[in-house]
Amino acid sequence: MRSITLSQAVNEAIAEEMRRDETVFLIGEDVAEAGTPFKVTSGLVEEFGTGRVIDTPIAEPGFSGLAVGAAMTGARPIVDLMFGDFLFLVMDQLCNQAAKAHYMSGGKLNVPMVLRTNLGATRRSAAQHSQSLHALVAHIPGLKVAMPSSAYEAKGLMKTAIRDNNPVVIFEDKLMYQDKAPVPEEEFLIPFGEANILREGRDVTLIGTSSMRQVCEAAAEMLAGDGISAEVIDPRTIVPLDAATLLESVKKTSRAIVVDEGHQNFGTTAEIAARISEKAFYHLDAPVIRMGAMDVPVPFSPALEDLTVPTPEKVAESARRIVAGELIHAL
Amino acid sequence: MTAAPKQNAEDYLRMYRQMVKIRTFEDNANQLYLDAKMPGLTHMYSGEEAVAVGICEALEVTDKITSTHRGHGHCVAKGAAFKEMFCELLGKEEGYCRGKGGSMHIADQLNGNLGANAIVGGSMGIATGSALRAKMLGQSDVTVCFFGDGATAQGLMYEVMNMAALWKLPVIYACENNGYSEYTRTDEIAAGEITARADAFGIEAFKVDGQDVLAVNALTRDLVARCRKGDGPFFVELETYRYHGHHVGDISRTYYRSKEEEADWKANRDPITLFADWLVNEGVATKAELEALSKAIRAEAAEAVAYALEAPYPDGSEVSMHVYLEAS
Repeated sequence: MRSITLSQAVNEAIAEEMRRDETVFLIGEDVAEAGTPFKVTSGLVEEFGTGRVIDTPIAEPGFSGLAVGAAMTGARPIVDLMFGDFLFLVMDQLCNQAAKAHYMSGGKLNVPMVLRTNLGATRRSAAQHSQSLHALVAHIPGLKVAMPSSAYEAKGLMKTAIRDNNPVVIFEDKLMYQDKAPVPEEEFLIPFGEANILREGRDVTLIGTSSMRQVCEAAAEMLAGDGISAEVIDPRTIVPLDAATLLESVKKTSRAIVVDEGHQNFGTTAEIAARISEKAFYHLDAPVIRMGAMDVPVPFSPALEDLTVPTPEKVAESARRIVAGELIHAL
Repeated sequence: MTAAPKQNAEDYLRMYRQMVKIRTFEDNANQLYLDAKMPGLTHMYSGEEAVAVGICEALEVTDKITSTHRGHGHCVAKGAAFKEMFCELLGKEEGYCRGKGGSMHIADQLNGNLGANAIVGGSMGIATGSALRAKMLGQSDVTVCFFGDGATAQGLMYEVMNMAALWKLPVIYACENNGYSEYTRTDEIAAGEITARADAFGIEAFKVDGQDVLAVNALTRDLVARCRKGDGPFFVELETYRYHGHHVGDISRTYYRSKEEEADWKANRDPITLFADWLVNEGVATKAELEALSKAIRAEAAEAVAYALEAPYPDGSEVSMHVYLEAS
């Protein structure tokens, strides 16, 4: 199978859906000739024209609002939000308008839009271009949240997002745009709410979202050297969340570590850990461990920034301790 | 008011009827609140009827509007029915939104009403996006974005007017200037002229007497026709007045406006009285005919209120319906 970058995968998904459905259009800052700062949308304006690949002024609430209105009246807009940090600018349009229109109207209106944006630190971009804010939108009923962990997921989840009848926020890890993975040439979609078991194991379940999947896979490899068998699962979407697959795994391994790049406090790791604790409590041999980003604004200096995110070493160390039965307070 | 040909009598009477329907709806809604029969509260449109009716009577059913927290008038003017509206106000299953939206969120998409919005200025993006969609499809549909003077302080307005002007979108921004931004005089929250905000983007802007339904209608007809030809967007400031407080519970309001001012508007600038006088003077209808029309509407409203009061609430199972629309 051919390998393509995550950036190419997203580009292909959008192009295929735009060919398939003429109501799909792309709107955002520098999405046309510039192809975004990460060059993800390069070439689309040449194929689809400026009528469907629309460059906007720097006005995130404004163009997000336009997308809500276009979606309500029958289009399927893809909003390109250049950095995940700009979610704070569009919160009213996304959370008060898009997320609630279907419910508030008793099912009369619906907003089939995709907001694609990114997450991920360690790009030396400091606190306003490095945040992983998916937990904020996952908190809001009415939104779906997808977190692709490789080029394969990026393509399959994007196509599903575009065809979904609800507002979907899709977070790509901006450090993975050039990472290659095998992606079939023939069409495929990845359904929402189906976690992917990447590696089977007996001793501990490592649950990793987005690029934390790779962190978990690397940790599992290290643990294998120590004779510890780790299972690795990528939820792929956190709303809807495939809790059943996670619970089944934890019932088998009796231990779980949840790894995610959002801040740890009140975060995605907390939600997943709570669900496991509620539903698999009597199967657990250790408390469920949360490993999120540190609860500090992301610092600029590499010497500091690298301390804030989970690493394979830290995940493996936590796994060794809970498998050894060490007191969790010592972690 | 300008003189107009009598062959339009039917149009005039429909406009009059719509204005009376709005006033009657609001009188009943207020009474439901006072009688503690309505959950929550509501924002009365009384006094502003000529704005909604003058504009919506210039639109086709396929044209779209977005509305505000003070939205009952827009809703009626765009064609909504009393029964479903009262049911919605009372949180009943047969309401426009199955009781999930209430007074501030009525949506009636079959009549082109994309919904009232409880975020001040929150629908400006939606209206502009609806216009973008119409333009992308090559349709001639026009979208009217209703908002108040208070919403001109929101940043979203400037972002979307900029894009609407750049892309020549068929949208009319209709600013209902009722003189008050909640409990504060508009001149305390808005620097400069309201219409100058549109001028900055090269959007043609107009100021019109919002108590004169014929003036509002004539201007809107002209702007809608120009929008359909691709000359949009436009901006209209409609000078009007809200008879009630910011909401139904805002009854002690002398700290922000005088009783004399309220009495003066009601006595001398009431849009329904002004239009009724004109209809009689022009020989379109007699006083008796207009009174009979009002009486019929009052009866219709009373029947709808009685129906809504008896109508069932949604079943508890509906609480988790409509969070998501699943594939059909």
